[in-house]
Amino acid sequence: MGIPFDKAVRYFLLADILTGFRLGMKYFFKPKVTINYPFEKGPLSPRFRGELALRRYPNGEERCIACKLCEAICPAQAITIEAEPREDGSRRTTKFDIDMTKCIYCGFCQEACPVDAVVLGPNFEFSTENREELFYNKEKLLENGDRWERQIARNIELDAPYR
Amino acid sequence: MTEFLDTNLGIFALILAQSLMVVVAILVSLAFLLYMDRKVWAAVQLRRGPNVVGPWGLLQSFADFMKFMLKEIVIPAGADKVLFLLAPLLTFVLATIAWVVIPFADGWVISDLNVGILYIFAISSLGVYGIIMGGWASNSKYPFLGALRSAAQMVSYEVSIGLIIIGVLISTGSLNLSDIVRAQDGRFGFLSWYWLPHFPMMVIFFISAHAETNRPPFDLAEAESELVAGYQVEYSSTPYLLFMIGEYMNIVLMCALMTILFFGGWLSPIPGLPDGVLWFVGKVVFFFFIFSMTKAIVPRYRYDQLMRLGWKVFLPMSLGWVVFVAFLARFDVMGYARYVVGG
Repeated sequence: MGIPFDKAVRYFLLADILTGFRLGMKYFFKPKVTINYPFEKGPLSPRFRGELALRRYPNGEERCIACKLCEAICPAQAITIEAEPREDGSRRTTKFDIDMTKCIYCGFCQEACPVDAVVLGPNFEFSTENREELFYNKEKLLENGDRWERQIARNIELDAPYR
Repeated sequence: MTEFLDTNLGIFALILAQSLMVVVAILVSLAFLLYMDRKVWAAVQLRRGPNVVGPWGLLQSFADFMKFMLKEIVIPAGADKVLFLLAPLLTFVLATIAWVVIPFADGWVISDLNVGILYIFAISSLGVYGIIMGGWASNSKYPFLGALRSAAQMVSYEVSIGLIIIGVLISTGSLNLSDIVRAQDGRFGFLSWYWLPHFPMMVIFFISAHAETNRPPFDLAEAESELVAGYQVEYSSTPYLLFMIGEYMNIVLMCALMTILFFGGWLSPIPGLPDGVLWFVGKVVFFFFIFSMTKAIVPRYRYDQLMRLGWKVFLPMSLGWVVFVAFLARFDVMGYARYVVGG
């Protein structure tokens, strides 16, 4: 006959189901691997590319010198910059807009920036209730920079040896 | 008060109150059973499961309930509106009314029907109509395919379930569910229940119950990898909720039937301990746990394998068992002939 005897016996004794059940019960009591997300977060690399921010120097002066390298390199064309000289003669931006709905978080702007002004910070929880809130302007970006400055500075310092 | 309860209106009010109590109790416990279902799958898959709404996520089902109630009911343009809305209602109502004859404890039954098991069998056979109507009225391809599959599947497995029940009925000599439980009352506690003399049929009944309620590994009616969600594809909001509650009620009903037919209903497993509704609930929850575990551990059957199992394995086995039990009962072999009535 075609059917081997031991296979038939295993089939009728539901051996496979019982083995599976035992395995299932073993996993049932194992510690869970899920991170309890909103209350508990996983570790982030210093290179993590999250929400964009504009940084300032320790004396409060904004770093950006309106060279527009980031605008030029941005593959998604998410950055729009307009600039003119300030009263003291230094080149500064009058408009620095980033469309976060276009941004692809590639980090090229951070690479291009000669003064470490525009950076991708460690924040990834900036969902909004409408689309308009994701069109960041200069104020919003500088505010992000002020809020995350400590982590951003630490991340840049940690990553510096590898650049 | 007692005079009022003897009048026709009083009897009506009493039965209405009892039915309401049973329905509310079942719906509330269903909410927690659903939660348990999700927690069990989560645990087997090393996840945490719902844990945000309420302490340990206990109120998750109620949050889902609110969501289902508040969302918009979308009816497809080409659908047959009346049937489309009738189908989930039918599934829900049929799943609910089957509980009328389930004895929760000695005498705790809304209608102590003489043909209780026949009634349940008739109701669960009708259950397939809800699915066929839903699949057909959606006027869409996946629901239709899902409904066709599920109709064939439920009909095939009902045959063997019927034969298994006949085996139990022969040993009991009664179609009354309370009598079936009483017949299992013996000196040896859980050893005198029907699972021992009817052991192979107990297993087959449990597997058929999975097929009957479209649970994995027999969830071909809603095989999500091929049919999206089967007959439920076009349903949203409250109609979907009714379908889902109906489905889960059927599962719990099957657990209850399993308890009553093979595991002594409200009887306590150890002689000496008091019998009661808690034993019944405990057994039902235990079988529901096995249902959840099955969903977590087994892969889905192929359709021809499903049909082969139903018609070429279960049907001949249960048919042979009926003949076997009839033979043993005819000659009063211990354990197979425990007539409570008549004899």
